Amino acid sequence: MTIYSFIFYLLAILIVVTTAMAITRRNLVHAVIYLIFSFFGSAMLFYLFGAPFLAVLEVIIYAGAIMVLFLFVVIMMKADTVAERIFDFRQWLPVAVFGLIYIAIGMGIISAEPNSRIILKTALAAPAEFGQFIFENHWLSIEAVSLLLLVALAGALIIGRRSRRPSAPETTDGEL
Amino acid sequence: MIVPFGHVLILAGLLFLMGILCVVTRRSLIMILLGVEIMLNAVAILLVGSSLLWQHLEGQAIVLFVFAIAAAEVSIGLALIVWAYRRTGSMDPSDYNLLK
Repeated sequence: MTIYSFIFYLLAILIVVTTAMAITRRNLVHAVIYLIFSFFGSAMLFYLFGAPFLAVLEVIIYAGAIMVLFLFVVIMMKADTVAERIFDFRQWLPVAVFGLIYIAIGMGIISAEPNSRIILKTALAAPAEFGQFIFENHWLSIEAVSLLLLVALAGALIIGRRSRRPSAPETTDGEL
Repeated sequence: MIVPFGHVLILAGLLFLMGILCVVTRRSLIMILLGVEIMLNAVAILLVGSSLLWQHLEGQAIVLFVFAIAAAEVSIGLALIVWAYRRTGSMDPSDYNLLK
């Protein structure tokens, strides 16, 4: 067992435990904070897998921007409406059955896959090399994605804008 | 020498299952969107691992686009949640029955 495999198993346990804590919390703020730890673990995993640029992006975009956006929305909601109803226990049976089927089929596929026994070798994709690869092979997709982000920005602004007619009957009830 | 590729597959599969469970069992729109984020993160881990397996940069390039699309999806999704909360005063999807 090398130091790299030790780090991998440590990070895997960290990611799985913090994600499990996040999806079982009743309090939304606690869930978001646990998920930030999970994303930091994923960023370190990316660094271990030789993708330092993606590790930086994971911290900036996921743990930074997206989780802060979630925190802002949680803070904007009133506390009494954020509290969640208890999950109906009659629905647990299908969830458990299909989860077990998923696990069984997944383990079968992984054990039958010949690539799954190959030991990964350490490698490093330097950010300069990665950027050159992206802009040589995927320059059109980069432009399309930047256009998508612009459209998403405009769409979020239009959807989130307060209605001009505050006297409309359906908006006065739940107005923040 | 890190680990066999199968262990990366198991980790990504477990994370994806947790995302599905969060989407299916939680009754709050914010937790449902968080479950989608967990699933996208699991896919990103798997893509970076397979990029290391085949020693090719294509997997990491796809992860870059996954990040961009996750950011766009979350901004639109949260704006829609805030809009629906202003309309109905509730975060529970089963309360959205204005057509009833």
